[in-house]
Amino acid sequence: MHLLKLILRNALRHRLRTLLTVLGLLVAILSFGLLQTVVDAWYSGANNAAPDRLVTRSAVSLMVPLPVHYRDKIRALDGVRGVAKANWFAGVYQEPKNFFPQFAIDAVPYLAMYPEYRIAENQMRDFLRDRKGAVVGRKLADTYGFRIGDTVPLKGTVFSGNWDFVVRAIYEGATPRTDTSQFFFHWDYLNESVRARAPQRADQVGVFVVQVADISRAAEVSRAIDAQFANSAVETLTETEQAFQIGFVKQTEAIVIAIRIVSFVVIFIILAVMANTMAMTARERMAEYATLKALGFGPGFLGGLIYGESLAIAAAGALLGIALTFPVADWFAGRMGTLFPVFEVSGSTVQLQIACAAVVGIAAAVLPASRAARVRIVEGLRAA
Amino acid sequence: MPQAEPAVAIRHLVKSYRRGNQVVPVLSDITLDIAGGEFVALMGPSGSGKSTLLNLIAGIDCPDSGELRVCGTDIMTLDEAGLADWRARNVGFIFQFYNLMPVLTAFENVELPLLLTALPARERRERVGVALAMVGLADRMEHYPSELSGGQQQRVAIARAIITDPSILVADEPTGDLDRASAEDILGLMERMNRDLGKTIIMVTHDPHAAQRARLLKHLDKGVLID
Repeated sequence: MHLLKLILRNALRHRLRTLLTVLGLLVAILSFGLLQTVVDAWYSGANNAAPDRLVTRSAVSLMVPLPVHYRDKIRALDGVRGVAKANWFAGVYQEPKNFFPQFAIDAVPYLAMYPEYRIAENQMRDFLRDRKGAVVGRKLADTYGFRIGDTVPLKGTVFSGNWDFVVRAIYEGATPRTDTSQFFFHWDYLNESVRARAPQRADQVGVFVVQVADISRAAEVSRAIDAQFANSAVETLTETEQAFQIGFVKQTEAIVIAIRIVSFVVIFIILAVMANTMAMTARERMAEYATLKALGFGPGFLGGLIYGESLAIAAAGALLGIALTFPVADWFAGRMGTLFPVFEVSGSTVQLQIACAAVVGIAAAVLPASRAARVRIVEGLRAA
Repeated sequence: MPQAEPAVAIRHLVKSYRRGNQVVPVLSDITLDIAGGEFVALMGPSGSGKSTLLNLIAGIDCPDSGELRVCGTDIMTLDEAGLADWRARNVGFIFQFYNLMPVLTAFENVELPLLLTALPARERRERVGVALAMVGLADRMEHYPSELSGGQQQRVAIARAIITDPSILVADEPTGDLDRASAEDILGLMERMNRDLGKTIIMVTHDPHAAQRARLLKHLDKGVLID
């Protein structure tokens, strides 16, 4: 109790210095949390992937489409519960900065494989009835103000021309981590339009999403699919949805690594600042430590004072930083629109923030505490 | 009848410091007995070794050789933890610059050495109250050192020094930072501690007026006890 009182009063002795240090910690812990959340957002697709979903694509490249008739052959394989076509559309809504993912899909089988996308029954019915109908996620609808019945014009890039879609359904996410920034429309509409404009590009599919009946057989089914098309004109590569998503992230892995490094550099910088603060503090109080030693207090008590003060300051900065991470992340997610489909501060990020603050608090006190413990009393008293 | 063991028994004590490669002798072959209940003033010019001798007696510095028994303990045989424990039980410190904890009140500063004991809080409170009353600061318990004059701070330091009822009080220039009136006040208080409580006091001072208050005067010069 007395030690705690002494720690807290010592921490508040130089209020401005403590305040600035806490402020620095707050900014560092907040920045660290946001950067870790960006990394999490990068991996959100992979993290949200279901283990029973596989993705079959061209073994050469995603840019090489697969013939549509592959679907029936895949569906006929043992262990396959469902197959759905999906094409990346990459249309521009008003201007290129308004990015959101758009897919032409086999509506019924595809949406059946994604139970995490919750669609009202009547909206689903309307969507299925309308050839030009589209399903948009809640986040996407909120970002651009899409409402049921709105026409959304997209300018094609992969598939040239102007395309109009009518919003017939808005899907909600089953959890806050469900991606609700996507735009789906009918693959048949895309294919018919392409056949009319460029017949040689018709009946081609970007990827097949395959649902397996038994998760434990996912690898076996993957091999069977690829074996089915071995030595054909377009060989396939089938992998779990998670592996497929990670493959995407890997293309930008350097950025993720850079973000991770920067987040830890921020912590290292605040560690240096904090260590300097604690070193200054301990140097100024060397005579007090010597007095305490003369009175009979041991190195453990002095260590408790210094470590305690350092941890108290680190805890104050961490608490404020963590508390601010949530509203700032929300604000950031709002500003980023649909760039990050899921931008949520995870429990592991908060744990990392706490761990970093604890490391900073402890590491900053190591040298001052060791010096105070080793100082000879007569030398320390001379510092008075 | 056997003669009582002196409070401090020093035999052929030698102390030197290293300055780079040089060995600087500070105390040479000091032999001295201080009886229990004595009030001794150690005097001498700067660098004569008086503070070093005081530090050795108080167990906050270690001699190179010789014998040093204080309060019946050969303190040269104690390790650091043993010395800390011994100091807490046997020695009260009065410093020139008071060395109070600025973030603690007068009460808390005086209570500090008692935290090393097993005394319950109630008893600690009582003892601190008595000690502060003895030094005339019963009405300043909740004041921080910065709210007290130099003389009052030194009184708090004296209360802290006597709170564990040690046998010996060591005072290094206790009036060195005080005006004449406050100095007289503090010296009077120390005399009372010596006379009424039977504390052995060893005081280092430059001030002949202060030294006159002691009952025994010892002079050091260039590390040698000259009388």
